[in-house]
Amino acid sequence: MALPPVDFRRNKKKAKQSMTLAELVKESEVKPAAAVAPSVVPEPQSDDDIPLYAPRRKIYPQSVSGTFRRIKWAVLIVTLGIYYLLPFVRWDRGPNAPSQAVLIDFPNTRFYFFFIELWPQEVYYLTGLLILAAVGLFLMNAVAGRIWCGYLCPQTVWTDLFFAIERFFEGDRREHMLADRQKMTVKRFGYKAAKHFTWLMVAWWTGGAWVLYFADAPTLVKELASGTAPFVAYLWIGILTLTTYSLAGHLREQVCLYMCPWPRIQAALTDEYALNVTYRYDRGEPRCSAKKAEQLRSAGAPAGDCVDCLQCVHVCPTGVDIRDGANLGCIQCGLCIDACDAVMAKLGRPTRLIAFDTDLNIKRRMEGKQAFVKIFRMRTLLYAAIIAIAGGIMIYTLATRDGEGISVIHDRNPMYVRLSDGALRNAYTVRIVNKQLKYRDFILTVDGLPSTLIDFVGVPPRADGRQLVTVGPDQTKEVRVTVTDYATTPPAPSTTILFRLIDIDSGEVAEVRDHFFGP
Amino acid sequence: MAEEKHIDALTGTATTGHEWDGLRELNTPLPRWWLWLFYITIVWSVGYWVVYPAWPLLTSATEGVTGWHARSAVVEDLAALKAQRGPLMEKLSTASMTDIAADPQLLDFSRAVGRVAFADNCAPCHGAGGGGTKGYPNLNDDDWLWGGKLADIELTIRHGARAGDDKGRAGNMPAFGRDNILKANEISAVADFTRTLSGLAPEAGADLNLGKKLFADNCAVCHGPEGKGNRELGAPNLTDKIWLFGADKATIVAGIQNGRGGVMPVWAGRLPEPTIKALTLYVHTLGGGEK
Repeated sequence: MALPPVDFRRNKKKAKQSMTLAELVKESEVKPAAAVAPSVVPEPQSDDDIPLYAPRRKIYPQSVSGTFRRIKWAVLIVTLGIYYLLPFVRWDRGPNAPSQAVLIDFPNTRFYFFFIELWPQEVYYLTGLLILAAVGLFLMNAVAGRIWCGYLCPQTVWTDLFFAIERFFEGDRREHMLADRQKMTVKRFGYKAAKHFTWLMVAWWTGGAWVLYFADAPTLVKELASGTAPFVAYLWIGILTLTTYSLAGHLREQVCLYMCPWPRIQAALTDEYALNVTYRYDRGEPRCSAKKAEQLRSAGAPAGDCVDCLQCVHVCPTGVDIRDGANLGCIQCGLCIDACDAVMAKLGRPTRLIAFDTDLNIKRRMEGKQAFVKIFRMRTLLYAAIIAIAGGIMIYTLATRDGEGISVIHDRNPMYVRLSDGALRNAYTVRIVNKQLKYRDFILTVDGLPSTLIDFVGVPPRADGRQLVTVGPDQTKEVRVTVTDYATTPPAPSTTILFRLIDIDSGEVAEVRDHFFGP
Repeated sequence: MAEEKHIDALTGTATTGHEWDGLRELNTPLPRWWLWLFYITIVWSVGYWVVYPAWPLLTSATEGVTGWHARSAVVEDLAALKAQRGPLMEKLSTASMTDIAADPQLLDFSRAVGRVAFADNCAPCHGAGGGGTKGYPNLNDDDWLWGGKLADIELTIRHGARAGDDKGRAGNMPAFGRDNILKANEISAVADFTRTLSGLAPEAGADLNLGKKLFADNCAVCHGPEGKGNRELGAPNLTDKIWLFGADKATIVAGIQNGRGGVMPVWAGRLPEPTIKALTLYVHTLGGGEK
């Protein structure tokens, strides 16, 4: 990402030397590539000089408290609560359907979501959901940058939970870093083992909750506990345990830095009005110690509010220095804002030296102009409109979804049959769909030919002479149908006809067009 | 290619050394764990060679310790399929034809089995959907040479027609012309008369009286005095609109001259019993089945 040429970087080296934590921090700090002066890197002489891998610098994020941390906890509790508990929510659909509110039923190829039931051929609703998800992400990005990454992404939520567990067993940043440098003791080994065990338990429970979405949750829990669950359930719990443990426990920020495509796409979608976690260098520079700043201020000289305490870097879960500007590694969780606010409050300076702001506003303030936030602009309105339209279409189609359906395939061979008495007959394979959760009786009529007889092959007529096809609840039925034309005038080579499927009890109708062929 | 090392000024990262119209590609190193994943995949592939058949030898291949083969896997899958279909197949074998026709689930199953068996065995002559062609009956219509009830169809499939089976369908259309039973003008007259049976117009100047007399003398014995046919002998009904070989006079003359006698093969012994039943039900439900 291109950075504005700001001259505060020159002060960095000097400021660092005066730091009390400098020794501790030096090796753990991840420097963005842009901050390294080109001359420092030795010029490789051959291919062998280029390392095959980039060594990982372990990140020890410090705990922090404040507004954004509280939001993150709230989001974590709500999202994980939904994830772990939703399979146990019941929803009564009557005797012919499962009573689980959210269920992906692969054996019966149905998807249930509260009052919604979807068939495989209605998978376009999934397309709608994906459109909503994508444009929702774009809208979030246009309003406040990568807040998805910072608050809602599963990678962030689980990593946050795993950080909390790590701090519980191994202590906060400094304690953990010191301990990692010292010799391993039995006690420390115990703490580490306890941490990994707890991680694995959380990961295992994550996998366990996953499989509950694919079968009746209470039954599956009993089966899992008694060892009688299907193998595939154990397999998926194992896979999800492994991925959760490795992604949230070990890979952490590397998922965001190396694996995830969203930071790259996001950079191409953003604009100058999007709020980002921003270091207000107009206020922060030139950075210097609090004491010196006071001296400078009393002498009437310019002094920045940034005291270079590095708290913003220490709390960062991806190890970036927000003061370097917009950054691929920044997931916009806002924890650095909390950290900086705490320091500013202690120093008696105004908070929000780091805040959700724009570079544009910084430049405007430097020019003495009024800063502004522009939420309603063309792209946010368009994104909102797309969400409204896609959501509206989905709600409309769901609300008007038919409870029955018919599809027809005309016989390929023979196209038509001449009967003994000269009449013409066409045969069709008809599939009748009953999406309601009860048995239904249907009759079939055909429009478009003057004198026709329609016959369900192999279905005996009832006492009143009508041929009814009964379709079970939530099922389809295939029947062979012949249509015979007794008209005396020879029919055209192809006549468009209309099949009409009628529920004899409710009168609900499904229609489909097809053709009647003749010589 | 890599002539010249170049360090990108902005990032400090080495480039690959290639240059495309002034553009260079950064040679950013991978994270270490990624490299390890690559090594693990190499080790993993060695595991494959041990576990599965892998290396071709001169006349065979290395076997692999598990003894897994693509072929044996297919055989197992087929056995599993057979086991899955077992109960329905068993029912299909033991149930009577009318019981099957009355059981919707069993009827659906036998129609599915029948459809596949028909495509494999019958479609070459009768067409993919049983539509027939010249000389090979259309099985969708309501006209049957040998009968359209379930038992009739089953017998025809099982023992064939004119195929050398004693229990099979027998009866030939004699070659009246070739065997000098009728003369050319007589054949022409019979052909004209035959066409009038189903309402077709005779040729101008046709001697219908001669035709009628010759029909009564020669044809009625099999086709019946009114030309309605005889299913015992496979003699077609000549009064309907369906013509096996064609309704034009030349075709009818050719039939009387040289005779007809299409052959339906014997399927008993060639197809399993449940398949023959399934075929019968499939053909019966194509649209022309008789009660």
